[in-house]
Amino acid sequence: MKQPLSTFFGGLHLKGHKTDSMRQSPKVLPLAKQLVFPLDQHLGQPAEPVVKFGDKVLKGQLIARRGGPISAAIHASSSGTVIAIEDRPINHPSGMQATCIVIETDGEDTAVDSNHFADYYNAEPAALRDTIRDAGIVGLGGAGFPTFIKLTPTTGKAIETLILNGAECEPYITCDAMLMQTRALDVLRGADIICQAVQAKQCLIGIEDNKATAIAALHEVLQAQQFRHPIEIVTIPTIYPTGGERQLIKVLTGHEISARQRPMDVGLVCQNVGTAVAVADAVLQGQPLIERLVTVTGNGIKTPGNWLVRLGTPLRDLLAPHDIDCRRHDIIIGGPMMGFTIDDTQAPVVKTTNCLLIQTRQVAMPAMPCIRCAECANVCPAQLLPQQLYWHARARDFDKIQDYNLFDCIECGCCAHVCPSHIPLVQYYRFAKTEIWNRELEKQKADRARERHEFNLLRHELKKQEDEERRRKKKELLNRAQGKTESETDSKKAAIEAALARARAKKEAMAVAPKNIDQLTEEQQKQIDAAKARRRQHEQDKV
Amino acid sequence: MLTAIFALLALAVVFGLILGFAAIRFKVEGDPVVDKIDALLPQTQCGQCTFPGCRPYAEAIAKGEAEINQCPPGGETTIQALADLLGRDPLPLNEEHGEHTGKTVVHIIEAQCIGCTLCIQACPVDAIVGAAKQMHTVIDDECTGCNLCIPPCPVDCIVIVPVEEDLQSWKWPYPAMASGDKRP
Repeated sequence: MKQPLSTFFGGLHLKGHKTDSMRQSPKVLPLAKQLVFPLDQHLGQPAEPVVKFGDKVLKGQLIARRGGPISAAIHASSSGTVIAIEDRPINHPSGMQATCIVIETDGEDTAVDSNHFADYYNAEPAALRDTIRDAGIVGLGGAGFPTFIKLTPTTGKAIETLILNGAECEPYITCDAMLMQTRALDVLRGADIICQAVQAKQCLIGIEDNKATAIAALHEVLQAQQFRHPIEIVTIPTIYPTGGERQLIKVLTGHEISARQRPMDVGLVCQNVGTAVAVADAVLQGQPLIERLVTVTGNGIKTPGNWLVRLGTPLRDLLAPHDIDCRRHDIIIGGPMMGFTIDDTQAPVVKTTNCLLIQTRQVAMPAMPCIRCAECANVCPAQLLPQQLYWHARARDFDKIQDYNLFDCIECGCCAHVCPSHIPLVQYYRFAKTEIWNRELEKQKADRARERHEFNLLRHELKKQEDEERRRKKKELLNRAQGKTESETDSKKAAIEAALARARAKKEAMAVAPKNIDQLTEEQQKQIDAAKARRRQHEQDKV
Repeated sequence: MLTAIFALLALAVVFGLILGFAAIRFKVEGDPVVDKIDALLPQTQCGQCTFPGCRPYAEAIAKGEAEINQCPPGGETTIQALADLLGRDPLPLNEEHGEHTGKTVVHIIEAQCIGCTLCIQACPVDAIVGAAKQMHTVIDDECTGCNLCIPPCPVDCIVIVPVEEDLQSWKWPYPAMASGDKRP
């Protein structure tokens, strides 16, 4: 596998800002008093709690199981008591609250018994995938897609190559670099296990050339140890966003994966190095995903560094050693390009939290009109037309914007970074994406309502027919029980009809006119008129 | 001369047959415009448009018997979509039919419910479960917010509650409003 590297379209050379947080080896954050586990911290359906209020849980114990086919299990990251399952602030751009399991730690950190694979070389791929699934591992690069799904073959095409993503292209973030540096053996073992789980023939680890120490550490272990699958470490140029899945695949293999394809369709599987370490922990030690490295950095932090943090630890605990003023600093989850700001530091660290970036708040440059310079189109790694997307998002023309392939946008932020008019382009795309998803959801709901309404009408119609039928049958039954035939009832009906008709005729004949008024005297006529007038008067009074 | 007449006649017969066949073979059942209009309506089935449900309203629009601005649950979005579909000018929502509010559902105050089943009969989408002299309850996910169950309730135990945004339905704000003090 000595083919020359490709390049992807667009991209940016950004200032790294990585050395500050790489000076010290990772420190272990003291155990928090309370751990908060949002049920919805991965892509797909939220997890379902399997513990209840007051339950004692141990470190590594399952507290929420997968809530659907695309979902991930959640484990307690330390021992303690479940003190609540309620809405808590989570780290999400909306600043909303969501259902979380809250555990009060007892400080003993007792772990559950775990079983692990002594010999993963000869393990069944399916058994390895099950272990990865049960350990609740999701993509730790940022998206949080459940890992076992990406490892389960669906296309029937054999997996050629596992690509391990160690690019970590976004400025400031160093948790993956630190992980490769300090746990090189586990990165490589994890890669070996994933290769076994997907039956890949080889593994390529792509690392940007600004991480020399990490590359050296991996090389050292690679030479000292034997692995079952051939693993190659490839140094790639530092261009943002090389860490994007499609971009990295393009650089390493030259494959350009279309929007409708997945890497698996061309025989590739791409995983983050952090995920590989989590896999190694799960398979070799039986430890589910309960901790991760988090970079705490930014110009608002005096001592940037990486911390080994238990999942569920409130961000506040991570920020406690630093003097941070929420009025002067922005707290950004993720990097400066793709991250989002949050306000509530009670939100916990979740599986996908890779970086806490504390930046001095700057007044955002006011957005000026687009001058059609097309800088954005030159840097877009997805080769979209950001200008066109912007116009249509601004005009809320959600059909047109999809014609320009909005959903291929990876929100890398290159376009907004180079925009001379400081237009918050990515915000427009995010707005349009969520708006379209929402409309789709509403449409689905409307379709269901239509179906239910149509069924409701049908049901009422059927019920009416049934009632009619029943009434008719009952009548028939009644008639038969009384020994009457159809004709008998008919003749009776006819007789009644005739009688009624006679009575009506008689009444009519009688009502034609009073017979005794043709020979009235004048006095009698007057009397009658007076009586009539009185009656009218009386009636008027009543009105 | 004669050849020309015969040739044209033959062509006429052939094309006539083709058209005749197509008319039978590709006959469109029902009115496709009604389906398209119906697809744009919110399917609340509330009857605020004065028609007994969304489909009758769609039929009325298609026949030209109703304006496109009579659907309060759909609001401006629906009016705009209908205007685009039918090539008409968008009109402001007709206030006679009601105001456009956010999405709502109803809840039954279960402690007060006497189990009369009147609301169950009124619900156009069968979103209320219960039985005679049993407590009733609303299936939130299926409730369209039409409020048709409220008038029949003899004990006024049905309340309207706004649908709260959750993580699935949350939307990034339109940037013009957000660009003031927040970073992207």
